[in-house]
Amino acid sequence: MADYQNLFTQVQVNGPIEMGIPLDRPRDTAERVGKPWHWHLAGRLGNAQIGPVYLGFTGIASIIFFVIGFTAIGWNYLVQVNYSPIEFVRQLFWLSVDPPNASYGLRIPPMNQGGWWLFSGFFITVSILLWWVRTYRRAVALKMGTHVAWAFAGAIWLYLVLGFFRPILMGSWAEAVPWGIFSHLDWTTAFSLRYGNLFYNPFHMLSIVFLYGSTLLFAMHGATILAVSRYGGEREIEQIVDRGSASERAALFWRWTMGFNATMESIHRWAWWFAVLTCITGGIGILLTGTVVDNWYLWSVKHGVAPGYPAIWGPVVDPMTAGAQ
Amino acid sequence: MKKTYQHWTLGLILGMSLLLTGCERPPKVTEQIGYRGTGMEKVINPRIESATKVANVAPEALPPAEKGGKKASAVYKNVKVLGDLTENEFNRVMLAMTTWVSPDQGCTFCHNAANFADDSLYQKVVARKMIEMTTTINSKWQAHVGNTGVTCYTCHRGNNVPNKLWFTAPEVKTAGRMLGNDFGQNKAGQDSVKNASLPYDPFTPFLLKDTNIRVAGDTALPTGNKTSLKQAEYVHGLMIHMSDSLGANCTTCHNTRAMAQWDESTPQRTTAWVGIRMVRDLNNNFVVPLTGIQPAHRLGPTGDIGKVNCATCHNGVQKPLYGAPMLQAYPELKGSLPVEKVAAMAAPASPPKDHMRR
Repeated sequence: MADYQNLFTQVQVNGPIEMGIPLDRPRDTAERVGKPWHWHLAGRLGNAQIGPVYLGFTGIASIIFFVIGFTAIGWNYLVQVNYSPIEFVRQLFWLSVDPPNASYGLRIPPMNQGGWWLFSGFFITVSILLWWVRTYRRAVALKMGTHVAWAFAGAIWLYLVLGFFRPILMGSWAEAVPWGIFSHLDWTTAFSLRYGNLFYNPFHMLSIVFLYGSTLLFAMHGATILAVSRYGGEREIEQIVDRGSASERAALFWRWTMGFNATMESIHRWAWWFAVLTCITGGIGILLTGTVVDNWYLWSVKHGVAPGYPAIWGPVVDPMTAGAQ
Repeated sequence: MKKTYQHWTLGLILGMSLLLTGCERPPKVTEQIGYRGTGMEKVINPRIESATKVANVAPEALPPAEKGGKKASAVYKNVKVLGDLTENEFNRVMLAMTTWVSPDQGCTFCHNAANFADDSLYQKVVARKMIEMTTTINSKWQAHVGNTGVTCYTCHRGNNVPNKLWFTAPEVKTAGRMLGNDFGQNKAGQDSVKNASLPYDPFTPFLLKDTNIRVAGDTALPTGNKTSLKQAEYVHGLMIHMSDSLGANCTTCHNTRAMAQWDESTPQRTTAWVGIRMVRDLNNNFVVPLTGIQPAHRLGPTGDIGKVNCATCHNGVQKPLYGAPMLQAYPELKGSLPVEKVAAMAAPASPPKDHMRR
């Protein structure tokens, strides 16, 4: 097998530990913790050096909030299986912390009537928001752009629509997604059944386009770079200007196959927007469901989106409207 | 280096094949049942189907009763049902019931051997109510059972009590505690919803009580439907039960692009709609009233009697016993109640083939 055709990094250079560049604020440099070390297996996938990690206030606070929320969910799971570790493992995918019933509206219910859902939701949401601040501030400290933070914000938007904004607009926490593996999938099905088939929601369509488009772009980009790694294609900077380089071959490949090619910079812009728009359009689609549109299928019929098919059977009529008891 | 790769690959293959253990072993046969391109298909696994076929065979009918003779009510004492039958017809039904319900115990499962007219055994009181129920199904609920009808065997299959019954789920134990409320769902291994994490008692709301089952919005824009997603999960749970009980897909009744829309559905949906009402009638007016005379070991965790759901008759088959018209052989059980009117029952004509061309 040729050396460049590999899932894993082939050659690891085991140099001296890299502590990172000094930053403007001495505090930012000082708050890196942990004794860094090399880990061969990590090096097969990425960089072999583990640490030091920058913790800082937001990092520590985020971890504390996450642990509280996560423990609240796990403890509820444990009680649901009567503290049996075997049942905990067996039923893990079934267990769930559910939001309160619709009768509570947006009020705060007793802890075991959905209060734990609000409790864990609050702590995990704060943890996520603190982590966002952290990605933003680390980017600024490194004098980078804040693209990562804004991409993350796209995902947070969708998360908040599902569990916070939409339930508030609907006036009921019961509309929100439960904390559980299968239960959140049940929620998804119930959502589509209740609101007349989410596939007819145009924002859901857009979200799917960007989601699948993202995987396509990722495959194209990843494949292109790996294909020119025999010319050092992963070393992007000097390649941009040099002729005959891996980068130029990669660009030419696409220009010759489809007449148009991305550049070393634009391909990442495409990928960024596709990924971010998946969440943004998805969030809009969810937010409109139940608040603005109650049945996406009927909405699609009304606007000529859903096609009609010839009737195969005689007219099937709702027995309730047809005057049965 | 090569060794490590082999270990990793082996582990990966083992792990991935483990994920497949939850799947149903092929083969699968797909039959188109609706307009082309709409995914209206019936999926059958011939291997499983052949086993189901063996398990769902109607027993041979007893020879018909000799014509003529006195009415049973004139011959026997304390005859409260089927009294209009002739003595021969009456005895034929009694004999058939023995083979259907108590083949091991015989007549004395219900009757006091010293005095057949005696009502002291609770089984006899139950049997009387069940005969009433059978004739009610065959007459009042023809919109569901058609002329195929039902006999005791449809549910009992040679057992004193039908195998497939349901009990109301007890109050959630953890609901009264500090934490761990599962809201009546999210439990592994629940047969009622075929191991899904959906609400595990979808029967009480719909097959005993008359809870609103129409959860979907019926207008494009919101016009006041306040049904919550949790209610939708209960409906989904009942549908899983129906699908499993009938060995049928969602598409047997629904066009899955618009589950709620009647004009997109198949005629089978109307039959199922009547079925839900029928089962509710049976549970409330025939089964539950017998709770008081049941011995403790027949009762469920909340002290309730075992009740009827779709599986009780259907036993995994869309038409119980593959549509064997047992009632034709036992006209004694036809009953005479007026048929429950269900308007607009579409004739289940065979679909015009040219529309279905692939």
